[in-house]
Amino acid sequence: MSDFSHSTNIIKASLTNKADKIYCNGDWTLDGISQLELQIKKFSWPKITTIIFDGSSIQNMDTAGAWLLFRTQQTLELAGHTIILQGLNAKHSDLLQMMRNHAANYQPSTPPPSYNILERIGQKTYKNYNQLIDFLAFVGETFIVFLQAIFSPTRIRWQALFANLYSAGVTALPIIGLLSFLIGIVLAYQGGSQLNKYGANILIVDLVGITLLREIAPLLTAIIVAGRTGSAYTAQIGTMRVTEEIDALRTIGISPMELLVLPKLLALIILMPLLSAYADIMGILGGMLISKLSFGVSMIDFIDRFPKAVSLTNYLIGISKAPFFAAAIALIASYQGFKVKGGAESVGKQVTISVVQSIFLVIVLDAVFAIVFNLLGIGFFK
Amino acid sequence: MSAKTEIAIKIKDLHTKFGSTIIHEGLNLEIRRGEIIGIIGESGSGKTTLLREILLLDKPLAGLIEVFNKNILDLNKKQCLWLRRRCGVMFQQGALFSSLTVAENVAVPLHEHTKLSKNLIKEIVAFKIALVGLPSSVETKYPDQLSGGMIKRAAVARAIALDPEILFLDEPTAGLDPISALALDKLILQLKKTLGLTIVVITHDLDTLWAVTDRVAVLADKHLLDVMPIKDLIKLEHFWLQEYFHGPRGRAANRD
Repeated sequence: MSDFSHSTNIIKASLTNKADKIYCNGDWTLDGISQLELQIKKFSWPKITTIIFDGSSIQNMDTAGAWLLFRTQQTLELAGHTIILQGLNAKHSDLLQMMRNHAANYQPSTPPPSYNILERIGQKTYKNYNQLIDFLAFVGETFIVFLQAIFSPTRIRWQALFANLYSAGVTALPIIGLLSFLIGIVLAYQGGSQLNKYGANILIVDLVGITLLREIAPLLTAIIVAGRTGSAYTAQIGTMRVTEEIDALRTIGISPMELLVLPKLLALIILMPLLSAYADIMGILGGMLISKLSFGVSMIDFIDRFPKAVSLTNYLIGISKAPFFAAAIALIASYQGFKVKGGAESVGKQVTISVVQSIFLVIVLDAVFAIVFNLLGIGFFK
Repeated sequence: MSAKTEIAIKIKDLHTKFGSTIIHEGLNLEIRRGEIIGIIGESGSGKTTLLREILLLDKPLAGLIEVFNKNILDLNKKQCLWLRRRCGVMFQQGALFSSLTVAENVAVPLHEHTKLSKNLIKEIVAFKIALVGLPSSVETKYPDQLSGGMIKRAAVARAIALDPEILFLDEPTAGLDPISALALDKLILQLKKTLGLTIVVITHDLDTLWAVTDRVAVLADKHLLDVMPIKDLIKLEHFWLQEYFHGPRGRAANRD
């Protein structure tokens, strides 16, 4: 097998000036012209009106080389020279003629207009405003489908619903369980080491119990679900849009809302309180373990203290937030899925937006709940 | 045809198997430099597989594939580049990168394989896009903003970005309206004439076969049935070929 490298047999293209006549040498091909381009830039052209180019020693020429030769010629002509090309073989003159025709017909595309900063802020604001309206319309549409489904349950796609319950719920148990167990451990450690200074070790129960049940468990669950299930929802609906499956569903007479959005929404609304309660249990177990191992609060003491320290209200507040988080995640994930346009890149982009927006909205909702409960005075007194 | 005709691609005793399905069993084919060769065959007869094997995307079980007299089946990474530089491919769906504009798509091979300045690359790209008959306004458009015919043309522009010696076209006219298909046929002929390319066309479009090909290779029964100009091919006594060329659609294409 002889040699496969394409550069060894290349004679680099170059120009030489002999008595004010320019000689072109070498391979005027993509591989040969990389240095020629620089040479031409710095070349000192003869100070005469008519410059003669001799192309008889050009070995090979492709379209790139032909274009470079043509461009050089054009630049010189613009500078007031007259160019005469000599000695090109038939094939090379054909290529050059192609370049001439191309340049004669070519009209450069108008570059997109550039906007100043105010215009850009305006456009962005307008776009975001429209998106918000669009999203609200989507929420409204989903709500109508939701109501219709409540009043005529035959319209619910049960099979899709159960599939979603399984994939978003059952298969999420290990990761949610493990993470909330670890968070319980962290809370107990951090809180316990502070309480230990005051000899108030038993209050770990209050700390771990209230923080977990009321805030951390629902929030943690929602964030995991947004990252795990929300992203999958967006990717699924988005890919179906790319492959025109959504349109196919419509033409068959199946509402994508009913088949794709509603089961996801219902599944998450049903699941999130359950997952949240499960996260409560696993987190408390983690806290209990550390209380016993590091702070001398036995499990019996922990369980004994628990109902006194943590009111039912705290648990209910935590659980009651979960369906709202679920709705936010399902709606954003589906909406972003439908917004996919074009190809693979768009799917990736919308999935990212979907996860970021869901987590953002979940935390905003959590803050709103905290303020509302505070104003209503719920849950702060045992 | 002179005996000296240079061989661009030589396939010898090629065997391909996917799982337990035998695709090629002793396939032999020689493609001459500078010709346009059509490859036809039933669905599943291994046309696209053959193309993918020449491009080193799939590996045959046994056999020999030579491109310009060099065996390409045992190339290392560096030697592969030699092949990549010499072959341009237009895939069936165009396979344009959806995140890049048309001009950026055509520029990808140039940026990857040459050291030319950005400006020069931009000008070469503009030339290639004009060469395939697209207006300069598509340069800044994204693939999803183009029609099917435009996507195929843009894909051809990317395939010829590096001035390859062999151009592979997989179903260039499939899914196009007759006007776009005719225009694409003209483009194929023009590319051969202006750039002297060797072009391998996989197609079922009888009009394309009549209009552009110098010879047609028929894959059937896991090997090469025959390869000859289409006007001779239609006279062959073979059940499948008779159906192919003398069915109602075949006759329509052969009217003139």
